[in-house]
Amino acid sequence: MTDQARTLEAKDKQEVGSPVEQTRAGLTFTPAVDIFETDEAITLMADMPGVKAEDLDIDLRRDTLTLTGETKTLEGPDEAPVLREFRTGRYVRQFALSDVIDQSRIEAEMSDGVLKLVLPKAQKAVPRKISVKAG
Amino acid sequence: MAILRTPVWQAINWPGFSELERMRSDLDKLFRGLAEGVLTEPGAGVFPLTNVTEDKENYYVRAELPGIKAEDLDISVTGDGLSISGERKIAPAGQGARYHRKEREAGTFSRKITLPGQIDVEKAEASCSNGILTVLLPKAEATKPKQISVKTAD
Repeated sequence: MTDQARTLEAKDKQEVGSPVEQTRAGLTFTPAVDIFETDEAITLMADMPGVKAEDLDIDLRRDTLTLTGETKTLEGPDEAPVLREFRTGRYVRQFALSDVIDQSRIEAEMSDGVLKLVLPKAQKAVPRKISVKAG
Repeated sequence: MAILRTPVWQAINWPGFSELERMRSDLDKLFRGLAEGVLTEPGAGVFPLTNVTEDKENYYVRAELPGIKAEDLDISVTGDGLSISGERKIAPAGQGARYHRKEREAGTFSRKITLPGQIDVEKAEASCSNGILTVLLPKAEATKPKQISVKTAD
């Protein structure tokens, strides 16, 4: 990609105005995601810095996919802030999936704070080429 | 002469005023936050967003760098600050992929952070875990707070 070497700009973390009322204390953020689709699968990449693999919850019910990532406080108890540009908290995001997903083959991988979720489409949702016969 | 002792809006039961009241308390909260003396967001506007904390012994610099491997980072420390630079790479989706959403960004970055005191350059340590960079910068002896015992004059 040609735009790979451009300079990154700082973006504030997106705090959630959650559709669901939060019943737990703490902040909730929206992770930035990339979603791309091939004929066989939908791949979702989400930036969730500070979330360990075991603290991530992926829930797929009907057509709604919910990602929840819990983080722990980074700072020790005796540390006093000098400069604060970002805050930490839970990550939550929901997606509506239009295609039929083969739930048995979903793969999730967490590395360096990035989630890669591969949602393979069920066989009936994989498009077939239909050849049109000339009459 | 009749002087109204209670503000007029309390006497009028109009729902619009509670909205104004809410706005006022939001503004109060904002100003209270500024008065705390801590720089809150938005910060310097330079990637990556950074938090700096201190305790008696060390400064801690933390930044969220998801998807960046330790080897793609270049960190250098000077007497009173550090610079972090590197590149965030995002592997292209490949042939035939169609994007529904593209919010994550790739690119290079470079940032310099100046600390309020001198640091011990030799003992600085950096670690990356789960997409969070933590740089531990021990304070130089001269910067550390010292306990001074007060002698009582006999």
